[in-house]
Amino acid sequence: MHRTDRRFRTALPLALLTTGALTLTACGGGSGFDEDADTGGGGDETPAETSELTLLIGSSGDSETDAVTAAVDAWALESGIDATVTVASDLNQELSQGFAAGSPPDVFYQSTDQLAGYASNGSLWAYGSELASADDFYPSLVENFTYDGELFCAPKDFSTLALVINTDAWAAAGLTDADVPTDWDGLAAAAAALTTDTQVGLSFGPEYQRLGVFMAQAGGGLISQDGTTAIADSPENLEALTYVQQMLVDGVLAFPSAIDSGWGGEAFGSGRAAMTIEGNWIMGALRNDYPDVPFLVAELPAGPAGQGTLQFTNCWGIAADSPNQQAALELVEFLTSTEQQAGFAEAFGVMPSVLSAGDDFRTAFPDQVAFLDSAEFAIGMPTVQGASDVIGDLNGQIEGLATADLAGLLTSVQTNMQAVLDSAG
Amino acid sequence: MSAPTGATSVTTAPRTTPRGPGIRGREAAAGWLFIAPMLIILGLFLVVPVLMAAWVSVSDWTGRGSPLSSTVGFVGADNFRQLVAGGLPTQDFGTALRNNAWYVLLVVPLQTALSMFLAVMVNRRILRGRGAFRTAFYFPSVTSSVAITVLFLFLFSASGAVNKLVGYLSAEGPNWFADARGVVHIALGAVGLDQAPAALAEHGFLGLSWWAWLAGPSVAMSVFIVMAIFTTSGTFMLLFIAALQAIAGDVEEAAVMDGANGWQRFWFVTLPMLRPTLFTVVTLGLIGCWQVFDQIYTGTQGGPAKTTLTPAYLSYTASFESHQWGRGAAIAFVLFAIIVTMTILQRIVLRERTSVPRRKRFVREDRP
Repeated sequence: MHRTDRRFRTALPLALLTTGALTLTACGGGSGFDEDADTGGGGDETPAETSELTLLIGSSGDSETDAVTAAVDAWALESGIDATVTVASDLNQELSQGFAAGSPPDVFYQSTDQLAGYASNGSLWAYGSELASADDFYPSLVENFTYDGELFCAPKDFSTLALVINTDAWAAAGLTDADVPTDWDGLAAAAAALTTDTQVGLSFGPEYQRLGVFMAQAGGGLISQDGTTAIADSPENLEALTYVQQMLVDGVLAFPSAIDSGWGGEAFGSGRAAMTIEGNWIMGALRNDYPDVPFLVAELPAGPAGQGTLQFTNCWGIAADSPNQQAALELVEFLTSTEQQAGFAEAFGVMPSVLSAGDDFRTAFPDQVAFLDSAEFAIGMPTVQGASDVIGDLNGQIEGLATADLAGLLTSVQTNMQAVLDSAG
Repeated sequence: MSAPTGATSVTTAPRTTPRGPGIRGREAAAGWLFIAPMLIILGLFLVVPVLMAAWVSVSDWTGRGSPLSSTVGFVGADNFRQLVAGGLPTQDFGTALRNNAWYVLLVVPLQTALSMFLAVMVNRRILRGRGAFRTAFYFPSVTSSVAITVLFLFLFSASGAVNKLVGYLSAEGPNWFADARGVVHIALGAVGLDQAPAALAEHGFLGLSWWAWLAGPSVAMSVFIVMAIFTTSGTFMLLFIAALQAIAGDVEEAAVMDGANGWQRFWFVTLPMLRPTLFTVVTLGLIGCWQVFDQIYTGTQGGPAKTTLTPAYLSYTASFESHQWGRGAAIAFVLFAIIVTMTILQRIVLRERTSVPRRKRFVREDRP
């Protein structure tokens, strides 16, 4: 009996553990199996069972949420397929959870820096070849969402960076329309003229996502055209950083945090900066938070190598694990159609990703034409997997740009970026 | 259930039922039944996830589908090797360890000392309105860390309340959350040493030069250090108060009769009796400090210039932002190893010694 007792004592926890482990493997194995089946099966499987589409979006605010919801509702009414829009508070995290669990949303916002990661692990359905209107998208946007020669998703909309000028401060400094800077000297001179005791001439966030425009204007960049080699330590980049550093040292440029602001738009709207480099998302902030600030949007000045700016974009990702891919594709085609994009532009100020909606945008927003015109010479963010880490590291160093050793800074970026390119193959 | 019980039942077995589990045996079954829900819950939500994370840390799982599916391969220690092999992952990991080590080094001793001081003060019988003080000191601990972080972001912004106060003292405060300079570097700069000595600049560990390791917490991290001390000392004060109240009054009286003054009573009587609580507080402090995450997530996201990056936050970004799930899990396990090692170390340091060190003895042994 003594023995029975002892055996029982060890047996029970073992049994419990085994049961637990079995339950777990059952779950794990189950979802793994499902996922395999789905990947092969494609879209038209069991539409009756899960006919409801789910969308996960990272919204900029109520106007965007409402506009997307209204558009999706309209499509649902037209197609007879239910679709629900969920707003993520942390899109990357919620998407990751969905993919890991094998139950991702059918359609979601997909950023350029996450694209390579999801494309390489097979989470995304590369539906670009099935899009009816693929030719209408801006070619540079298509390039942004092409991975391994395949267009993975339809560009949702895009933004470019331009120079936003406070016209009151401009006039107060005695500047005229003719002084709107067209080259680097002009920009530095205007910034100097606009700098007063309570206002700096120019402000933008300490990150590659702003400062990169100067690299582009100098003819530099982070990755070569063919995407195989890092070119971060080029003399062009050094020239660009030297130019920006000089403005910082002169006190005519200040990063937003130094003038008590969270971002360039706040620095500009609050009057602490007379110019900023931002995308057209600044329009919403100016309209809602600083309606009294008169402004003018101009194309960024040209550098030694001509004009250059950065563009940012998202696309409508469709999950490879989605059981209703055909319906999802129809929804995406509806959402990226010319009329619908013009509607989104009206509702929350984004720039349409299709060329055919460009004229609508120009008529609706004459003061934002500079943003759209900048698309001609805009370059996208690097999309290679791991590039966002390198850019994150670069941004960390840009925060200390005023006193940084520029050559050393660029060398470290060069090393890191080349390592990322090598490991991405 | 215990061994003696078993022995008893064996000796009495011939007198009662010769077979079957007996009354005690059924008790054991009932016992297991009662703790079963807890075992299952702990197993499902603690043991199993930990085991899965351990598997992910040695696998090439890419974040899609179950990590246990057949497509996921075993890669051995590759993920761990990335953390020491050089390059950006190593540098990030080294930076995170550097930041967090300074954080621990400052927060743990300071919060322990402060909470003990507060507990001793609040525990004094002559203090009026002790309840009010206790509540006031405990209040930051019950407030959500996100709310406190946001409050501190406002307080320490470039033109925030703290800098206004510094302004009244006709000094100029730094731009706290945007200042990446290490405080040790600032102090060394003040005495004229603003360039790294060659010996420190050329050699390093985990992708950082020794000079960078010695930077100290950045100004931004220092704010988090102050915040951690401010929020947690109330909790630990409560632990110390409980321990202080468990010390019987006659011990103190005996010490008074022996002629010990206030400081001696604290140092030779109260403090040794608080040793178990001290161990608890330091252990909890160490664990909490190495795991710091929410303040970073809501406050700075690792900036400025990665000086508030911590291993816990790096593990999160490596997994969720960079899709390097194996590396993220590997960081988590290195963090686990660090915490366990440090806990064992401080257990050795704080263990009960069987003999009282000579210098702490009141009574001389060699008395005739």
